Amino acid sequence: MNVEQAMEIRQQKILAALENKNTSVYFMDALDNEMILNMGPQHPATHGVLRLLIKLDGETVAACVPELGYLHRGYEKLAENCSYHEFIPHTDRLDYLSPLMNNTAYVLAVEKLIGVEAPKRAQYIRTIISEMARVSSHLLGIGALAMDVGALTVFTWAFREREKMYDIFELLTGARFTTSFTRVGGLAHDMTPDVIAAVTAFFDQFPEKFNECIKMLNTNRIFVERLDGVGVISKEKAISMGMSGPNLRATGLECDLRKTNPYLVYNELDFSIPVFNDGDSLARYYVRLNEVKESVKIIRQCLEKMPAGPVHANEPKKVLPRKERIYTKMEELIHDFMLVNFGVNPPVGEVYHAVEASKGELGFYIQSRGEGHPWRLKIRSPSFMNLQSTSLLVEGGMISDIVAVLGSLDPVMGEADK
Amino acid sequence: MLTSIVEKLKTSFPDSITVVQEFRGETTVHVKKDSIVSVCLHLRDDASSLFDYCSDVCGADAYTPENRFEVIYNLYSTSLNHRIRIKTFVDETDMHCPSVISVWPGANWPERETFDMFGIIFDGHNDLRRMYMPEEFEYHPLRKDFPMMGIPDSIPLPRK
Repeated sequence: MNVEQAMEIRQQKILAALENKNTSVYFMDALDNEMILNMGPQHPATHGVLRLLIKLDGETVAACVPELGYLHRGYEKLAENCSYHEFIPHTDRLDYLSPLMNNTAYVLAVEKLIGVEAPKRAQYIRTIISEMARVSSHLLGIGALAMDVGALTVFTWAFREREKMYDIFELLTGARFTTSFTRVGGLAHDMTPDVIAAVTAFFDQFPEKFNECIKMLNTNRIFVERLDGVGVISKEKAISMGMSGPNLRATGLECDLRKTNPYLVYNELDFSIPVFNDGDSLARYYVRLNEVKESVKIIRQCLEKMPAGPVHANEPKKVLPRKERIYTKMEELIHDFMLVNFGVNPPVGEVYHAVEASKGELGFYIQSRGEGHPWRLKIRSPSFMNLQSTSLLVEGGMISDIVAVLGSLDPVMGEADK
Repeated sequence: MLTSIVEKLKTSFPDSITVVQEFRGETTVHVKKDSIVSVCLHLRDDASSLFDYCSDVCGADAYTPENRFEVIYNLYSTSLNHRIRIKTFVDETDMHCPSVISVWPGANWPERETFDMFGIIFDGHNDLRRMYMPEEFEYHPLRKDFPMMGIPDSIPLPRK
């Protein structure tokens, strides 16, 4: 009797022991047939309420269908029913990891539509808060990716730095997450010297702490091997699939709206765009890591160059007046009444304005019919378009790589589901 | 830069281009529904335009008796770094529009979203399911005749 026959007899004996008149048992190799696995919507590695339906052939992913809509709140419908100013708090809830970036992106689109430009100081402050939002978002992206592939320490370290940033946001805006800091034509209020001091102090100690984090990861063989060569996408494929942001730059295309279509004050600053050519999860991680370093550079330059002056455009009929002036001046009271009740009346037309948000190209397409509220507002969310490539990235790979791919794509469901 | 692209488009498709608009430095070209795929192919492959990146596809409800729905394509060229917007119109009596996923595979999900929100059926789309709303939902929420507060009982709640 050879080994295989012995195994066969052993197997049959075990099965026979389990059988009775109500139960019949037969053996089926798990690797011989396909199974459907439901991942999410409540799964820690899906970064929110993303549901993936996966067809498995053994441990290999044969097909993957993402299902969205678990966090759909209908912001585009809401936007059609509120004035341009009223929609600013809703933008906090899109990409809830970088609310200040969304505030900035939205008001830039509205300003393009109504034709006002914020003063230089406001633009510098917007650049600073955008880049701080990018740093905090990437910190979570890197930390959560590390946690997904089993390195828990970095996650807590990254979170410690994020907490310090949120303290600064609280000092600046009065809220940690739901900031709603920008206004059409300016900001809610100026950046006070103690906020500037806090930002400076934070970024003085940050590079060292960040280097500790990435040293833990870059020299971690398990981390690197879990990501290397996993979820590869080519440059051409990524462009045609509408990928953007760090995920697109990880495929070797130097495409960053801060350089190609400079907005705010990015054309006055000196920074570079990190590009990696592999298109795999490790490259996406490296792009984020280097972007954090570039953002620190940008913030330092902004703090240095920031001019003094007002943070509101001098357009009384379009920009909300200051509270203290509303209570004391007749003109401002009238303008406030008109702006709050009827809104800014932009000309008839349509604009699309996109910024380079932390996740990619965040665009607002606004159709105006000359009323105080948009006729149609479309949010082009980067996470939505990046998630579209999930099935391409995971199919043919191992099931354990799905969490690595999702972590490196860094989607935010608040934005993808709108 | 964009004027030459629009001129070329006009000479290549004299019957299909109806209106060209310019607002805040952005060009919008109105294209007839039937030739949308060939216009998009031309824009993607022509050496002077090379719109290889489809930023977004979205719908809009103009709420007019004729040509009620708009389908809007925001295009970008990664190599030449310019943008253009293509717009086509869908009438309420014929809710069909050709799909452009053969031109840009990335238009897949935005087209599904447009179908979900407006009910525009994209011919040639291989997976036209609802994007956000449940499959048994009967309405299309971004139409102007859908109330913002929603319709009671339109989404069945789970039984206790």
